[in-house]
Amino acid sequence: MQRIVLIAVPYFWLVALFLVPFLIVLKISLSDPALAIPPYAPTLDLAAGWQGFLEFLRALDLDNFVFLTEDDLYWKAYWSSLKIAFTATFITLLVGYPIAYAMARSAPEWRPTLLMLVILPFWTSFLIRVYAWMGILSSEGVLNQALMWLGLISDPLTILNTNIAVYIGIVYTYLPFMILPIYSGLERMDDSLIEAAEDLGASKLGAFWLVTFPLSVQGVIAGCFLVFIPTIGEFVIPSLLGGSETLMIGKVLWEEFFNNRDWPVASAVAIILLLILVIPIILFQRNEQKAREADQ
Amino acid sequence: MVNSTSFAPWNDPHAKPLIQFKNVTKRFGAFVAIEDLTQDIFAQEFFALLGPSGCGKTTMMRMLAGFETPTQGQILIDGQDMANVPPNKRAVNMMFQSYALFPHLSVWENIAFGLKRDGKSKSEIETRVAEMLRLTRLEKFKSRKPHQISGGQRQRVALARSLAKGPKLLLLDEPLGALDKKLREETQFELMDIQEKTGTTFVIVTHDQEEAMTVASRVAVMDEGRIVQVDTPDKIYEEPNSVYVADFIGDVNLLRGQATARKDGSGDGGISIAWAMEQPDLIASNADQALTNKSVTLALRPEKVAISKERPPEDGPSGINALEGTVIDIGYLGNLSTYHVQLADGTMIKAQATNTRRVARRDISWEDTVWVSFTTTAGVVLEG
Ligand SMILES: Nc1ncnc2c1ncn2[C@@H]1O[C@H](COP(=O)(O)OP(=O)(O)OP(=O)(O)O)[C@@H](O)[C@H]1O
Ligand SMILES: [Mg+2]
Repeated sequence: MQRIVLIAVPYFWLVALFLVPFLIVLKISLSDPALAIPPYAPTLDLAAGWQGFLEFLRALDLDNFVFLTEDDLYWKAYWSSLKIAFTATFITLLVGYPIAYAMARSAPEWRPTLLMLVILPFWTSFLIRVYAWMGILSSEGVLNQALMWLGLISDPLTILNTNIAVYIGIVYTYLPFMILPIYSGLERMDDSLIEAAEDLGASKLGAFWLVTFPLSVQGVIAGCFLVFIPTIGEFVIPSLLGGSETLMIGKVLWEEFFNNRDWPVASAVAIILLLILVIPIILFQRNEQKAREADQ
Repeated sequence: MVNSTSFAPWNDPHAKPLIQFKNVTKRFGAFVAIEDLTQDIFAQEFFALLGPSGCGKTTMMRMLAGFETPTQGQILIDGQDMANVPPNKRAVNMMFQSYALFPHLSVWENIAFGLKRDGKSKSEIETRVAEMLRLTRLEKFKSRKPHQISGGQRQRVALARSLAKGPKLLLLDEPLGALDKKLREETQFELMDIQEKTGTTFVIVTHDQEEAMTVASRVAVMDEGRIVQVDTPDKIYEEPNSVYVADFIGDVNLLRGQATARKDGSGDGGISIAWAMEQPDLIASNADQALTNKSVTLALRPEKVAISKERPPEDGPSGINALEGTVIDIGYLGNLSTYHVQLADGTMIKAQATNTRRVARRDISWEDTVWVSFTTTAGVVLEG
């Protein structure tokens, strides 16, 4: 009995907070837009009984999904989101790995402080930090002023409202998600393994590629997914830092929902996004499972 | 076993040592781990380091392997100063105390790791790894990962991996600790066999004195960063140069007293030791008379102490040093028994006797009054 209760709690949680909202969004995506409140039809009228329910089901259709395939804006946005997420994840890895490595190699008494510094940005609002980047990257911003003062450039660089700014924003925002899993893998590693590799004739670089990196690969995979998955649907960063050229599905969704008030199409966009995300999420879970097994 | 009568390069002034420690000091911050160490180790030696935990054995090994640099002094291998030679450029392999097996590689790949770094051909690697697997009896486990095998098997993988490259110098940091007695003895003989076949020089750290005694050509006893005595196993055991070594190696009775030169006319030289009130002086005819008037310790191995119910005859060889006491405890070791005998003044003496009879027919038992006796050359007299 206790077991059932114990299992029921997380299931209830998942049903209430994931499955039910998903079904609601799915339902809206199958509806048609309407000038009403809420702005779609049909709505489920439980008072109409069984007959009303069948009526309601009959009114649902896949028109919105068909529409998504007809307008190339959408699949371009999906594709561009994937590309941006992929590139941003890769850059985050390139930046994050050395940081995680240096942290794991630092003196043990320094490590808690360094970890603290990595987590510290979370203590201020994400939005404020993105606005801060607007201040840094704009043409009269801190960065341009500094570069001009140093004499490195004579005209301000246009960074804000370009894809570069989006990349900077994403890498900055998601860097801790990359650093932490890699760090935790590297930190657990026994130093004598590297010594053993060198003892057996590997150079320092060889020892890194043959021992250190393979042993941190679980952390790398985890970090990449933790960055990649939320980045695909990212909305705030592309809309604040990106420009007209920046095409990301999160932004499209927002515009569909708030500007066009087309809830059904917005919901269809969200459903497709979810389906796309299911693949990396499953892969991520597999990786975690493998890591747990290796630990035992 | 290494034949100690023919193989003794340390006695040959012209022999060129393979390893030379020259006034090596290693400090960790203010802590001195190795203190002004000067020691030669010769090619094809089986050199054992023995000492209590934390005395610097691993530190010595790590300096040889190149993971620590001496704070002062010089280490030469084959006459070459090792100061700027990184670990991967040394013809030295080490078996780590923690094994340090690569967890992401199989047993086979672990053993092949060093060979691959040397750029050996595929078939060469296959042959060599197979040979190592056979030697350490790991064939059945070659495709398992280190976490899928037992502690003893892991140890054997570590051993096989360090042996695979056939290094000039092999450093073994407590290589056999996790093996059961039988396997340990077999592996000891295998190590000696490998050593003879390959001519590899071994430096081995061990906590097991018996192991050091069995395998080593020479044993170095360490204490707090210094080597206290280096000698062949039999000499370390029979002729310790200090109370510390006598006490550290094997079981020993230590009787402290004041030395006086033996009166003339008794025939032999040596000293007599006044060591306790109401007890006769102990005679050590093998001791140096230079110790006269110094405080000394007579170190006496239990197996050199005889035990009997009757006092041994005064004119017999054991009659001179005979002490009366009561049996307090008997430690039964199977082939041997150790008798703990308390003398009238409270001193405990351990005496060992071979169990030639069955336990039930033993004539000495608890609370019996007995005599412990030893010849005048049975012990070693040490200063201090
Ligand atoms: N990197 C280090 N930093 C500070 N102190 C160290 C370091 N390595 C070793 N020591 C100290 O040096 C001393 C000798 O250590 P070492 O590992 O050589 O001992 P050991 O003789 O191998 O002991 P054991 O038998 O327990 O393995 C110890 O007191 C140890 O605490
Ligand atoms: Mg050690």
